[in-house]
Formats: sequence, C-alpha cells, structure tokens
Amino acid sequence: MTVFTKFLCASSGIALALLGTAAQADVVFWSTQARPAEEAQAMRDNVLAGFSGTVDYQPNEDGPWLTRLQAELQAGSGSIGVLGALHGGFSALDPDTLVDLDDLGVASSSDSFNALARLGTDNMQYVPWMQASYIMAANREALQYLPAGADLNALSYDQLIEWAAAVQAAVGEPKFGFPAGPDGLRHRYFQGYLYPSYTDGVVRTFASDEAVAAWEMFRRLWAHTNPASTNFNFMQEQLLSGDAWIVWDHSSRLANAFNERPDDFVAFPAPAGPTGRGFMPVLAGLAIPTTAPDQDAARALVQYLLQPETQIATLRATNFFPVVEVELPGDLPPSVQAAGAAIAAMSGAPDANPGLLPAGLGGKGGDFNRIFIDSFERIVLAGQDIRTVLDDQRPRLAAIMQETGAPCWAPDAPSEGACPVE
Amino acid sequence: MTEALVTPQSARSVISAGRVVYLTAVVLLCAWVLVPLYFLVINTLSSPATVNSFPKPLIPEFDLGSLRFFAGFGGMLDALKNSIIVASMTMVMSIVIGAPAGYALSRFEFRGKELFRILILLTRAFPLPLLALPLAVLFIRTGLDDTTFGLALVHTTLAIPFAVLITYSLFSGIPVELEEAAWTLGCTRFQAFIKVVLPLILPGITASAIFAFVISWNEVFAAAVLTIQSRTLTAFLLQTLGEAPMHLKFAGGFILVVPALIFIFAVRKYLFAMWGIANR
Amino acid sequence: MSTRYLPYVLILPTLVFLCAFFLYPFALVTRQAFGTGDGVSLDTFREVTSYWKFPISLQNTMLLAAAVVPVQLALALLMATMVNRMKKGRDLVLYVWTIPLGISDLAAGIIWLAIFEQSGFLNSMMLGLGVIDRPTAFLSYQHPGMIFLAIALAEIWRATAIMLVILVAGIGLIPKEYYEAAEVFGASPWQRFRKITLPLLRPSLQTALILRVVLAFEVFAVVAALGGTIFPVLMGEIYAYQFDLQNGGAAAALALIVLGISIVFTLIILRVLRVPKGATI
Repeated sequence: MTVFTKFLCASSGIALALLGTAAQADVVFWSTQARPAEEAQAMRDNVLAGFSGTVDYQPNEDGPWLTRLQAELQAGSGSIGVLGALHGGFSALDPDTLVDLDDLGVASSSDSFNALARLGTDNMQYVPWMQASYIMAANREALQYLPAGADLNALSYDQLIEWAAAVQAAVGEPKFGFPAGPDGLRHRYFQGYLYPSYTDGVVRTFASDEAVAAWEMFRRLWAHTNPASTNFNFMQEQLLSGDAWIVWDHSSRLANAFNERPDDFVAFPAPAGPTGRGFMPVLAGLAIPTTAPDQDAARALVQYLLQPETQIATLRATNFFPVVEVELPGDLPPSVQAAGAAIAAMSGAPDANPGLLPAGLGGKGGDFNRIFIDSFERIVLAGQDIRTVLDDQRPRLAAIMQETGAPCWAPDAPSEGACPVE
Repeated sequence: MTEALVTPQSARSVISAGRVVYLTAVVLLCAWVLVPLYFLVINTLSSPATVNSFPKPLIPEFDLGSLRFFAGFGGMLDALKNSIIVASMTMVMSIVIGAPAGYALSRFEFRGKELFRILILLTRAFPLPLLALPLAVLFIRTGLDDTTFGLALVHTTLAIPFAVLITYSLFSGIPVELEEAAWTLGCTRFQAFIKVVLPLILPGITASAIFAFVISWNEVFAAAVLTIQSRTLTAFLLQTLGEAPMHLKFAGGFILVVPALIFIFAVRKYLFAMWGIANR
Repeated sequence: MSTRYLPYVLILPTLVFLCAFFLYPFALVTRQAFGTGDGVSLDTFREVTSYWKFPISLQNTMLLAAAVVPVQLALALLMATMVNRMKKGRDLVLYVWTIPLGISDLAAGIIWLAIFEQSGFLNSMMLGLGVIDRPTAFLSYQHPGMIFLAIALAEIWRATAIMLVILVAGIGLIPKEYYEAAEVFGASPWQRFRKITLPLLRPSLQTALILRVVLAFEVFAVVAALGGTIFPVLMGEIYAYQFDLQNGGAAAALALIVLGISIVFTLIILRVLRVPKGATI
C-alpha cells in the first residue's frame, strides 16, 4: 500500500512539475505528405534543415490533420504555420480560410497545376509543391511470362491480362496486385486510368456502354489478381514479400521496393485501352491558413520549399518530383530513377491520354471517390450486374455534380456549368 | 463419477491427472498470449530483407538496424517523456475522481443513479475522433491546447468509466457490515473508509491504474490533434508508421509496447494485494 | 454530512468532469446529426441507414461481438479461477496473461496481419511442418469465413485481458473460507465455481461484461488490418463519413446509432446481473 501510494504521489508530483513546458516559436509545418518514418526524418534532416528559421515538421494522418486545422480555424487562432497536403485535401477546404499566395513570387512551371491551385477562385489558394503519378511495377521474375511481342513500355490492357494469366498458370497462384485495401488508392485507378483508357471520360461517360466494357475488362484482370488485394494498401509491401509480382500504385507507395532491392523490380507505364493510355498526376501543395501565427515566417518557408535545390532535396526525401524547372542530378535514389523513367514514358507515349485531378468538387471529393469505390465493390467483389450497378450509381454521381456545379475536366469534353452524366 | 465411489488410490490418480490437465492449460494459455508477441519480436530484430522473406524464420537474427533507426529518430525522448507525464496524470486523476463515484454507486440508492451509470458508459460508447474537433476548439480558446495537462484531461475522461465501474464492483463485494462495525467502534464514516475499505480495494485501484495508464499510452487521435510541441510518443510514432516499410512498422510497434509492459509488470502484484477478507 | 446528499457529493467530481470534457463536445457533435440550421430532422439518419453498406456493417459488428464476447467471458473466467488456485508463480502467470492489455489495437493489427498474410508466420509454420506445399491466401475475399475467424481470434487475443483483470481483482474479495467449507462438504470444483464464485463475482462480472460489450461495438483497427474492405464494421463507416466524406452530421448520426445499441445492451446486462445494494457475503 505505502509503496503504491508513494508511487502515485511521485508520479503526480513529476507530472505537475513538468506541466508548463515552454513552447518555442518554430514554424509548424502541418503535413499529410512525407509521413513514413524515414521520409519524415529525411524532411527534417535534409530538406528543412537548410531553412533560415526553425521548422517543426509534423506529418499526420488525414483525420488528425483536418481535425486540428478545422479546430484552429474555428477558434480563430492557432499554431500551424504552413500546410502541406494533396490537391484533394485543399479543395475540400473553404478557400477563405487560406491566405492568397499570388504575391509570393513562386509558382509551378505548369499552368494547369497553377490553375488547380486557385481552387475555383481568382487567386492562388495554395502553391503547387511537388508531383508524382501512379505507375506499374513488376518483379523481374514475371518478365519471362510477358506475351510474345508485348513491349513493356507500351502494354495494352489485353496484354496485361494475358501476362497476368501466364504468370498465374506458371506459378500456380494469381500474382497481379491491386491496392484495394481500406487505405489503398483504388479510386484513383478508376478515375484516372480505367475510365480515360476505355471511355475517354470520367463523369460524362460514367454509365456508358464503353464503361460497361471497361468494367468487364477489369473483371477479367481481377480473375488473375491476388484475392488478398482487398487488404493491400501500399503495393511496395506485396512486391517485397512476393505476394504480388505485377502491381499498379502511386509511385511513392512503390519506392521502398526499388530502394531496398533495385535490381529485382522494374517500373513501367500504365497500359493502354481503346481510347488511349489514361493516367493521372498526383499534386501536393503548400498553403498558409489565415490563423498562422507568424505569416512572414510561413511565407518564407513556402518560398524556400519552391527553390530548385530544395525541390531536389524533397525529391530525394519523398520520391515526389519537382513542380518547377530544375536540372535533375544523376545520382538520384533507384526509386526516383525508376519512377521518373516510367512517368516520362507514360506522358510521352503517342497514345497518352492524361486525365486531370477532379476539380471543383469542394467537400464532395470523398463522395465522388465513393461512387467509384462502391461500383468496384459491387461489380467486382460482389459480382453484381455491371449495367444495373452503373445505372444505380449514375443519379448519385449526377447529384454530386449538380450540387457542386463542377465543370468537366480532361479527358471529359468541357461543359457549360456542371459536368453532365450522360 | 462421484467422489464417494472412487478408491483413495484412483482418487489420487484423478487428482494428478487433473493437475496435468491444469498445468497444460496454463502453459497453453501462456503460449497463446506469448507466441504472437514473439512474432513481433522476431520481426523487430530482423533485417528488412528477412521481414519480407518467405518462409519466415522462427528464430530472431538479432539485427538491431530497425531499432537503431528509431534511436536516431529526432524527438523520441521528448515524446516519451510527454507520454509518461500524460499517462501518470491520467492515472492519478481518474482514480481520485472516479473512486468516490464508484463508492457512491455501490453504497447508496439515489435518484438518477441509473442515469449516472449510463452517462459514464456513454463516454466509452461514442468515438473520440468525432469529439476531438469541439474539444480542440475549446482547448485552443482556454489555453489548454498543446499542454500535457490538457491531453491528460481528455484521457482521464476515457479512463473514468473504468475507474468508476471497477471500484464500484469491488466496493459492492465488500460487506457493508464491515464498515458498520468500524462506525460502532467510533470511527467516522471517512475514517472507516480509509482504514477498513480502502485497503480492501487496492486490487481494484491497481486494475483502474493499469487501465488508465494503457488507455492514455495507446490513445492516438486526441494526442495527435491536441498536441503539437508536446507530442506523445504514440502520436509521434504512429503517425509515421502507417506507410513505413514493414521492418520499421514492427520495430515502432515494439517500441510502443515495451513501456506499457514494464508498467504492468511493476504494479502486477497489487492485483493480489488482498486475498480473501477473512485472511486479514 | 447527511447521507442524503453524500452520494451526490461523491459523484460530483466525475459529473463535472464528464460535463466539461464529454457532454459539452458530445452535445455539439450530435446536434449536427439532426440537421443543420433550424428544425430537427431525421434525414441524416435515413441517409446513413439507407446506404447499402449499413446493414452489412451492422451485421458484421453484431456477429463479431456475439462470437467474441462469450468466448472472452468464458476464457477470462477460466483464467481467473486458474490463477486464483495457483500457489506458485501466480504473479508471473497473471502478468503474462495481462500482457495484451498493453498492446494498442493498431499494434495488434500489425501483429496478426503478420501471422495471417500470405507470406506470414502461419503459412511459414505450416510449410515448415509439411502440412501445405505452397502458402495459402487466408485473407482472400473468396473466404469471408476465414477472415471472420482471423478477426475473431485476434480480438480474443487482444481484449480478453480487460475482462481478466477485472475478474481477478473481484475474485480476490471472495473469502477463502467459503471454498474451504464447500470442500469439506465434498463439493466438486465445478460446484464450487457455480455456487460460490459465480454468484459472489456478480458485480465484477457485470462491470467486465458491460465494458467489454461497449468496446466490442467500437472495434475498428484490428478489423481494418485483417478484413480490409471485405469486412466493413460500423466504426469504420463512421470514420469514413467523418474523414473521407467530411460529413460530420452523418458520422454523428451513425455514432448515435452505435451509442443506442450500446445502451440497450448495457441495460440488458444490468438487468440480468442485478447487484443488490451493499451485497452481503
């Protein structure tokens, strides 16, 4: 009893003594990107260490990131200086809560990125920070089963299915891997790869006959997909463990595989369908909330992060590519070299059919993703009739587009007003 | 089979057979708990290549690379200190605040008792991540934001149901006559409580303390939202593990588990401090 | 102090605390569930319950609780009585059995995924023993039963200790004399367990069951790790509404439904395991 009481007293005493920990005036960099332990460490040591002020780099899961930000905005004061997030994270915010950054003197070298960063307003709400894309990767073991005459850098979806079938026949188990887990980026595949490649659209063509053909193709591919894919979130894990040999994922979610065993894996462009080689960029940005305690320091940090040298350091740390013109050095990590070559081949392909990120959806981005995820789960996992599911989802998608009034984005043909679901 | 019918000799063999079954069960149950944990240790002490290999080895290769990475991970020690502070404050506050309520629930009939019990449980039946936003706004406005004390307040809210209900169930197990006897001997209600009842519920206090500690230790969401400079180890590490390579996931998980285990080990014997009232 | 006010004085600190840090944010959050602006509407509730995944996740959550909690109760009772009888090594065995308590559900998810995944420990061991000649995919969407079993095992492993600790603390209060007397009269261990342990342990059983059942409806991290998208549970849907769809009202409405279910079950347990005031031993 006495020992225990002492223990309680002592611990409470220590606790009270340490209660008032002094806060320093660092710029708090509140980010959803560069979260993995090694990337966060590299951000602190190799990217932010060169900034003139001190930066407290805080990577967070999306949930806490958003909750904390909303709380500071509601309370009208806060400690977050600079926000780092994907385009989708910013587009869900009220543009009035972000400081206009037009006078900062930095911007991306891509006009379409800068346009996205205005979030439907007339001013830059965030500054494009870094970019990536989704690519394919394969274990070199799988290459011997490539169908005759297939060019790895110019595959078609039919060839991919044939290839995956050949691997399955040879090894005895399905080795295509798809990030269909709860944290997997499966919706981006349907929005940026499947639909553009088969229907030359996303919203307009959502329930078209071409879309039925697209889903039929995906079902055939799924027959050669590792059935544990519904647990896969980061395909680098399954590449490394050998549970999957041919995969599609975000280039930075494949990076560990290339960095750990560079000789075992190859990266290559996404396959092409009847309407071209659909692919989609990933765009991350930097913003300053109106509640930032020290606006000048925050602005200086954003400017620093857009400098060419910092962009290259960021590339090494996070596997995200620069958004400004830079001369890439030759000694980049294997993951960057592999992904860079694949992305270049993809965007430079004669049949390239680039899609843009969904824009103008505001807070409805999650609902938009859910349309595609639900279609996938019902069509592919539950085996429901494709036409029935698409007809059932069509009014939901139309309602989202009507409510947000979002105009069509590429590859959909431009629209007057809200993008129609045809 | 009834005991009257068995001869002394077979009775003995029944007893020893029972003993074998009993010991086997103890060993099996220990293995059930320890084996998954052992896998965690294997993967923590393996090189990245081994963590991803198949078939996996069943003996660790004692590669300390993953642990060494975290040793050089900036801010770990500060975060560890914050975690311990928050967990300790949570422990003390939840017991000091919760135990009187547990006593009231067990000893008195009062209006609103059922309502009070349901209210206590509500705190565990509603997900904290939904409450974090209004709490954070409240904390920012009152200056509790980004303090270990503020976070401990939230964790105490989570731990209080355990403290109240556990102490309630143990107070209920202590005959009220025992206290009444002390009153007749001239003790005030308070003295009787301190001298007679409190020592008896030490196991319950220990159990509550364990719960408070591990609840606070393992809580991520509120910690991630309500602290910035004074991040706890759990918030600090778990945010970075989701997408981390497998070997770091395991090592990070292992680092988080160890302090909680040390704590439970340190207080475990108080769970048995009382062993039958009549033995006193 | 008068006995009439004493209980209120005793619960006051808890009450004040919960009002400030639970009821206040709770009221703000749940207000959203009944529609924005003026007027109370149940539209949000209709929205979340008409979503096609709602019945599935409700069923999954209930089934999992129904499968896991009884096993945990039996196991915890067994372990508590075993440790109670023990003479040597009691501390150590109890410690080992309470270890999972210190493991967060996220860590438990990582551990059990490492066991069940295709290149995991279970397949490694079965391969080593020659039971199989190539790893099987346990967690495939084609075998929902296997996924359910894996999640149930992981949950039993992770959360039985919560009940165990409460029961062990309670069992310690049962006077040894009762057991000694019963033994003198020739009561078998089973009879002693049924006639002495169970009735006298009722307060602790009640507490352990209520806490465990309430927590069982909140299950999330382990399920997400093992079940992926194949085994949706209510808590996962709540988080999806809150963070993926940023629809706080829908999240709050669904959370209120879970809360309602928890209250119903709590009341049932309170009724079934009624504890008389100041139980005499």
